[in-house]
Amino acid sequence: MKKTKNYAGFVIDLLFGLLICAAAPPMGAATKKLNVVTSTADMAALAQEVGGDKISVESIAKGYQDPHFVEAKPSFLLKLRQADLLISVGLQLETGWLPPLITQSGNPRIQVGAPGYLDASQFSEILDIPQGTVTRAEGDVHPLGNPHYWLDPDNGRRIARGIANKLADLDPGETAYFQRQFQDFDKRLSAAEQRWDAEMKPYRGLKIITYHRSFPNFAKHFGLEVIGYVEPRPGIPPTPSHTIELIQLIKRENCKAVLVEPYFDLKTPQSIGRESGAQVVVYLPSVGGEKQVTTYFELFDYDIELLIKAFQSSH
Amino acid sequence: MRYLTLAIVVFPFAMPLFAQENTKPQALEQPDISVLTQKIRDLEDRLIAMEAQIHQLKDQQAAGLTVPVAGAGTPAPAGVPPPTAAAPMPDQGVASTGTSAQQSVVLGGAGGNAAKVLNPDIGVIGDFIGVAGHNPVQPSPSLQMHESEISLQAILDPYARGDFFLSFGEDGVNLEEGYITFTALPAGFVVKAGKIRSAFGKVNTMHNHVLPWVDRPLVTYNLVGGEDGINDAGFSIQRILPAPKEIFLEATGQLFRGDSADVFTASNKNDLSQVAHLRGYKDVTESTNLDLGVSYARGHNDLGSNFLTQLYGIDATVRWKPLRRSIYNSFVLRSEFIWSQRQQLPLEQRAFGLFASADYQLGRRWLLGGRYDRSNRSRFANDTDEGGSLVLTYQPSEFSQVRGQYRFTRYEGNIDTHELLMQLQFSLGAHGTHPF
Repeated sequence: MKKTKNYAGFVIDLLFGLLICAAAPPMGAATKKLNVVTSTADMAALAQEVGGDKISVESIAKGYQDPHFVEAKPSFLLKLRQADLLISVGLQLETGWLPPLITQSGNPRIQVGAPGYLDASQFSEILDIPQGTVTRAEGDVHPLGNPHYWLDPDNGRRIARGIANKLADLDPGETAYFQRQFQDFDKRLSAAEQRWDAEMKPYRGLKIITYHRSFPNFAKHFGLEVIGYVEPRPGIPPTPSHTIELIQLIKRENCKAVLVEPYFDLKTPQSIGRESGAQVVVYLPSVGGEKQVTTYFELFDYDIELLIKAFQSSH
Repeated sequence: MRYLTLAIVVFPFAMPLFAQENTKPQALEQPDISVLTQKIRDLEDRLIAMEAQIHQLKDQQAAGLTVPVAGAGTPAPAGVPPPTAAAPMPDQGVASTGTSAQQSVVLGGAGGNAAKVLNPDIGVIGDFIGVAGHNPVQPSPSLQMHESEISLQAILDPYARGDFFLSFGEDGVNLEEGYITFTALPAGFVVKAGKIRSAFGKVNTMHNHVLPWVDRPLVTYNLVGGEDGINDAGFSIQRILPAPKEIFLEATGQLFRGDSADVFTASNKNDLSQVAHLRGYKDVTESTNLDLGVSYARGHNDLGSNFLTQLYGIDATVRWKPLRRSIYNSFVLRSEFIWSQRQQLPLEQRAFGLFASADYQLGRRWLLGGRYDRSNRSRFANDTDEGGSLVLTYQPSEFSQVRGQYRFTRYEGNIDTHELLMQLQFSLGAHGTHPF
């Protein structure tokens, strides 16, 4: 009696195992297109530029979502388990949600360090790299540097180049194609960059406030000066005393605009705007932040138009 | 070499052109040197990158290697990465280090601190609890440093990662979990080995600091081994199963030694216990999702090898979190139903218990929750305990949390208790994973 009971348990295990194996899809059903998954929509947009029709690409986070606080939903595992390449922003931006997804994906190709894992920060100019002592007294600091680095077209070019190289690594037969795609992107980006630089030129040196520290690379590229943040410290919601200081700072420094990411509450920024006269602008940190912004180019077009409008109406 | 010459010849001509075009429309405005300097720097960087690449190609040719130069007509930066593994991508950052290495030889290795980057990610989570109110059935101390959990986590090698969670009480240490996860297995299998919180339902898998309450539901204490739960040394194998309509389906099978709190006891080496879990998940919309699971656990109880305890569970979770306002508002509804079948003398006991809870995030820092509890006791299935809780949580930052819980319990025999639980949680070190 005792024996049969024990065996019953093993039989259950065995059946269970068989069920799993039977359900396994045929191995090596390789499709022609490389399957690329990115953590954010910006990386997806850049991958699409250089990958063209030789890849299919999907982003985990939406463009209007706070990339720090994406939830590790199991549905993302369905995408990740099929992926040939995972592109992350890195610098611990996704530290709260991407590592468990990678582990649970059961996909050896995209594990950290595997050929199908690409951290795009390695290609980019990174700002705000903390010097000296780093503690969380400064809030949710990113000890490796500011991970919101993609809003500089020069970084966009560098990332695109890095992705093109990686795609060529993974699909060597299409190397020439990815190369052409990158050159074409590079050309279009350089042209657009000239246009953007010209449009922003009259506003160089203007002072702005941003909600979170997600704008340094854009500000640096286009010569804007970020003089303060609505958050008293990264990841810490606004406080009344800090808000009052900010209003005084805006008046004193003749700051023109308060930029807010689409995922933050507008109450405090709007009261800052009312009290100080600065324009409150909901800018887009990412592709897909609004429906019509579907490419890396449209992202800059959108933000630059928005900023210029704000600067003009604040004169 | 021809490309290098070409590049050197072309770039100086191209640069002024580029610059002129850029400045012409604003010729009357202030000259903008910083933009130009930046552009020149970028161009220089690219030139340096190309030089490095050409040097490398030459080196390889000298070494007698055949160099595959795809797209040979274009001296593009996005060339084929040369076959050497450490070959720098034609990127500014990498390339400039390459050239500096050519100019000056760096002697000596990195400093002693550099080796420490291989240390695991270390985190400590403190859990301080105060309890007011009289409870004769399940007494708790007035103040206690309930748990200090130390996590040590790292990628082991190209095939696996390791995770340790050491739970320090006020006196004594417990290995809460410690396991290796094989991440590079074929056919999508994920295998763990070590001491693992078993996949029986949802609450059993949760560490204290991710619970939405100070305590755990009554059914957990009565039927599933309390705070430690079904947590044992063994193996776990899991795999995502194919399913239609973007449904996530995952099966987990686990085999343990057979010792878990007061639920399972292994009197000999054959008294292994098994846990199986099937999880189905579906995004209803981008904000709302549904998570369902069925669980089964089987093992021998403290009466000996001839006495089995079997547990059956159903868990359901509904989550709502609007993506645009995900840091401000969310709602989670969760429930678990658990049946216990315990062989004992004189009669097998069949007990049932459940909890249902709801948590609403009021704002960025505030959460309000409630829980209903009802459960038989595993050894005396006719005894029933019932209760309810109200929970308010305040999170000053991602790394600390204050929680108050009012708990009413009516234990079997009409013993009513009213308690107030206060909890302070604080997290040091490595940024942990957000609970989901």
